[in-house]
Amino acid sequence: MFFLDNLINGLSLGSIYAIIALGYTMVYGIAKMLNFAHGDIIMVGAYVAFCGLQYWGLPPIAAFLVAMAVCTVLGITIEGLAYRPLRQAASLAVLITAIGMSYLLQNTALMIWGANPNFFPSTFINSTTLHLGALNIPIATLITILANVVIMVALTLFTAKTKMGKAMRCVSEDRGAAELMGINVNRTISATFAIGSALAAIAGVLLCSSYPILQPTTGSMPGIKAFTAAVFGGIGSIPGAMLGGVLLGVIEIFGKAYISTELGDAIVFAVLIVVLLVKPSGLLGKPMREKV
Amino acid sequence: MKMTKAKRSRLIYNIVTFAVVIIAFIALQSMIENKTITRSLKGQLVPICCWIVMAVSLNLVIGISGELSLGHAGFMSVGAYTGAVVSGLLINVYQMEDTTLRLVIAIAAGGLLAGVVGALIGIPVLRLRGDYLAIVTLAFGEIIRSLVNVLYIGAGDGRLYMSFLNKKLPDGVVMLVDGAKGAVKIKPISTFTAGFILILITLVVVLNLINSRAGRAIKACRDNRIAAESMGVNVTKYKMMAFVTAAVLAGMAGALYGLNSSTVVPTQFTFNQSINVLVFVVLGGLGNVLGSIISAALLTILPEVLRAFADYRMLAYAVVLILVMIFTNNPTIRSFADRLFAPFKKKESKTGGDAQ
Repeated sequence: MFFLDNLINGLSLGSIYAIIALGYTMVYGIAKMLNFAHGDIIMVGAYVAFCGLQYWGLPPIAAFLVAMAVCTVLGITIEGLAYRPLRQAASLAVLITAIGMSYLLQNTALMIWGANPNFFPSTFINSTTLHLGALNIPIATLITILANVVIMVALTLFTAKTKMGKAMRCVSEDRGAAELMGINVNRTISATFAIGSALAAIAGVLLCSSYPILQPTTGSMPGIKAFTAAVFGGIGSIPGAMLGGVLLGVIEIFGKAYISTELGDAIVFAVLIVVLLVKPSGLLGKPMREKV
Repeated sequence: MKMTKAKRSRLIYNIVTFAVVIIAFIALQSMIENKTITRSLKGQLVPICCWIVMAVSLNLVIGISGELSLGHAGFMSVGAYTGAVVSGLLINVYQMEDTTLRLVIAIAAGGLLAGVVGALIGIPVLRLRGDYLAIVTLAFGEIIRSLVNVLYIGAGDGRLYMSFLNKKLPDGVVMLVDGAKGAVKIKPISTFTAGFILILITLVVVLNLINSRAGRAIKACRDNRIAAESMGVNVTKYKMMAFVTAAVLAGMAGALYGLNSSTVVPTQFTFNQSINVLVFVVLGGLGNVLGSIISAALLTILPEVLRAFADYRMLAYAVVLILVMIFTNNPTIRSFADRLFAPFKKKESKTGGDAQ
């Protein structure tokens, strides 16, 4: 039973990582940058949903949609103001800007909502539990896993079938050539950020439904771990992000349960290092060739 | 031998850098003797030295070697813990009374162990590039922090006891490192003079490395890795050289920092601390050693002087990071700035001040 409980917890946490990792992997694959602020967009999404439920008295689904809308706008704004001017710059400069953006979001949240942790209010999602024999499965866990699968399928179809999806793949392949073919690169990258940030809002609400403590740093650690998951699965690959996220969540929960609670984070990061050493392109990623 | 223009301007830069540090030291030292120094500034002197060394060493990795390391605070914590343990060991087991000798040994040990950790991390990490390298150094910083959180070290009976996860050490042992409580019961022995000497050592090492054959190789790898490699430069070796040197210096700074107070806790060396040092480096100018020194000193003093500013410090840092990067890297803004400063630039080139 202990094993099964942990497995379910691991799948739930892993699904949250997977949804965040999808945002990372899309942005990394298309804009070729590590959006360090992605984790903090999760935090903003969770806070907006929290305000919607706690102060504005919105029904859960409306609060959820408001959070998604705010994060989408936020993602596009961040991309336009901070990352677009640096499109041609070295990756070091972009990365430092992204770190700055992450800190800006965290500290703005700190000023708006304060440093004290808020408890995410209970909704239908996190107050109901399903009893299956001796197993107790929270509804939040089921919804998280289900949402993960739906999002992955939807994204795969989106990138494969729609016009915007095809444009995204083109930009990811060769930005210059895509531009020559009449694809609006800036708009494509903005759309990528919009989708990634909307996913971050979903992840934020799901994360806080399972782990209801909300503070300005809530998003940073899951953000970094989700990036680990994206690298683990192969950066740029949508099924890879899902696989990596789920595996990483399971590894973390089992590591905490069977090895040591304190070393849970260390185990996750050790996985990242081993993966990068053994197979730098990740589980499902394509090895990148270098052009001179 | 006739000096080339570039060589001369480098020499002038180095002399100015040393002069600034030495003059600042003499001025502060005389202020201490005249007792005109404020109490809060006096308490800040050793930390300022530590942060200067941290900023200069991180600048070696970011500015000169062109790799973003986000785990620099990890090396500092290795140094701080090693310094505290070695100092505790020397007192409790070898009954060493001489504080100067103890400080020197502790700092050397801190630097050595941080260097070893740096080399162990560098071997796998430096094979990676760009964003991956940044995230892996971050991961290593977090791993080091998690490990020291469950580390227990004690000294007694003429030997050192160490255990992971298990708090039980034999009776009669003096606890030196107590898990999440950090390194405890440290006897503060750091002095401002020691900090000053450490800065001088750092400057000698870093400036010489930058201007040496190895330094040019490191810069070549930064500017174009593939071109450097095809010219026969061993990229991994030179990147490793910069990385390990920076780790050793960070370890020494950490030991000095740790021995300046009575406790060292793991939460002092989080990712935030690495970002702090990154801000010093970026604001001082990537690759500019003197800039790192000045910005590290100013940004350490400023929050103490302006209490009201302290709440907005991290917010201001974030804005600074973003604005500096956009202003120095956006082609439109750069060409605008070039045209704006063009009249001044012309004058300069007439008198022959071009470093390139």
